[in-house]
Amino acid sequence: MLTLNCPYCGIDCDETELSPGGEAHLKRFGPGSTDEEFEGYLFMRENPRGVHFERWRHAYGCGKWFHAARDTVTLEVFGTYSAQVFEPPKEIKDAITAKRPEWSWREFS
Amino acid sequence: MGRYSAFAVAREALRDHQGWTRAWDNPEPKNRYDVIIIGAGGHGLATAYYLGKNHGIRNVAILEKGWLGGGNTGRNTTIIRSNYLQDPSAAIYEKARSLYEDLSQDLNYNVMFSPRGVMMLAQTEHEVRGYKRTAHANALQGVSTEYIGPARVKQLCPIIETRGPRYPVLGALWQPRGGTARHDAVAWGYARKCSEMGMHVIQKCEVTGVRTEAGKVVGVTTSRSDIDCDKLGIVVAGHSGHVADMAGFRLPIESVALQALVSEPIKPCMDVVVMANTVHGYMSQSDKGEMVIGGGADGYNNYTQRGSFHHIEETVRALVETFPMISRLKMLRQWGGIVDMTGDRSPILSKTPVENVFINCGWGTGGFKAIPGSGWGMAELMATGNSPLTDAFGLDRFREGRFIDESVAAGVAH
Repeated sequence: MLTLNCPYCGIDCDETELSPGGEAHLKRFGPGSTDEEFEGYLFMRENPRGVHFERWRHAYGCGKWFHAARDTVTLEVFGTYSAQVFEPPKEIKDAITAKRPEWSWREFS
Repeated sequence: MGRYSAFAVAREALRDHQGWTRAWDNPEPKNRYDVIIIGAGGHGLATAYYLGKNHGIRNVAILEKGWLGGGNTGRNTTIIRSNYLQDPSAAIYEKARSLYEDLSQDLNYNVMFSPRGVMMLAQTEHEVRGYKRTAHANALQGVSTEYIGPARVKQLCPIIETRGPRYPVLGALWQPRGGTARHDAVAWGYARKCSEMGMHVIQKCEVTGVRTEAGKVVGVTTSRSDIDCDKLGIVVAGHSGHVADMAGFRLPIESVALQALVSEPIKPCMDVVVMANTVHGYMSQSDKGEMVIGGGADGYNNYTQRGSFHHIEETVRALVETFPMISRLKMLRQWGGIVDMTGDRSPILSKTPVENVFINCGWGTGGFKAIPGSGWGMAELMATGNSPLTDAFGLDRFREGRFIDESVAAGVAH
């Protein structure tokens, strides 16, 4: 079972206590954007085999949204962090680089 | 390779079974093929087979990184049905179901298609209305289904508790010609016929890159050698995003783990397939006597082919209420497969932004039932540039907002 640390409560939560919220750090497009941009925002996903960033909600706890950095193949968790950021903080990026040297942060859609 | 028949069995019985030959060859890759299919699962092999059979294209290689049919083809719960709500879905799934009817004769390989009937239980008022609507839609589409009441449900499957306290059975959508087939045999049968037509089924050959020139595919690099091709078909289910990334385009797909489990074998107790979508569980009994149980999918992206215990608990807890007799069954084994989910829960059979690259993916939790129809349509698409079966399933439907929305109709068990 996946265990994530809620950055707000500070406790380790089992996945049954959490709701998955899909890919994180999507750039939003709304009125005035092109069809291609809107399609990308709504439907296109990185779906990586490896390092992935996701939104999770501590549904049966504090109820707050947060971010998690995970490996989708090994289920290793690199860390969790606040929802109020546009990209992962430096310590999360460093934690990933320490374990996956070939990894690099890329511009998400 | 010889034809399988009662006569062949008798002949071999008289000579200590020394005359059986390999069902398919194990060739070295050539430098060039007309068509390369990535992925030797059911859908990939069926595509190759119908390219050869219907369109005369036989200089074909099917590349597989693992072993034949070792992905989702060997991991599903083998249910075959075509009682879908939307017209394009009903067309392709019914094509597949009708091809299953005589697939054993067509392939000269016993795929053990058993049209024992599929029953989708309605356990809420919402489902009753939904399934009545589907039954009407199916009548217009020419798919034979029927809405039945609880008494008929009990008659068809006596082990169901129809008066459950939480989820009473209010009725069911019944498709008498749905059923199951032997999943491995489907892959093996297609592989044998492909090999017989001179196609190369190449196992343990992982594609590591897609080579393009001026927006057009020219070949692939693999873990064994570089191979050129005119046309490329990507049929890799859960790993579609990864291969599409190599070819330089993105997909509206997310990969999650879906799991299933089987019990110890018991005496025959149910001769239909029962799906209970409200409680996310479905069950049938295999010819060996095991109860084959399918559960829900994980909610997050995942490539582990494992599944998780709390989903098993949810599935079994709910099924025990509908089937009280399974409460003392021991479960024998459990496994997971990686399914590729699209936003509207319908597949993608499409051209791609790279010329001469075609993709067949997004079957999500219900690909096995579609194998022959999917291969038929995909082969036509690759050979001629379009197919009435696949037209509605293009990648462009997301941009155009033209969904084939089966997520409402089918939910999880699909």
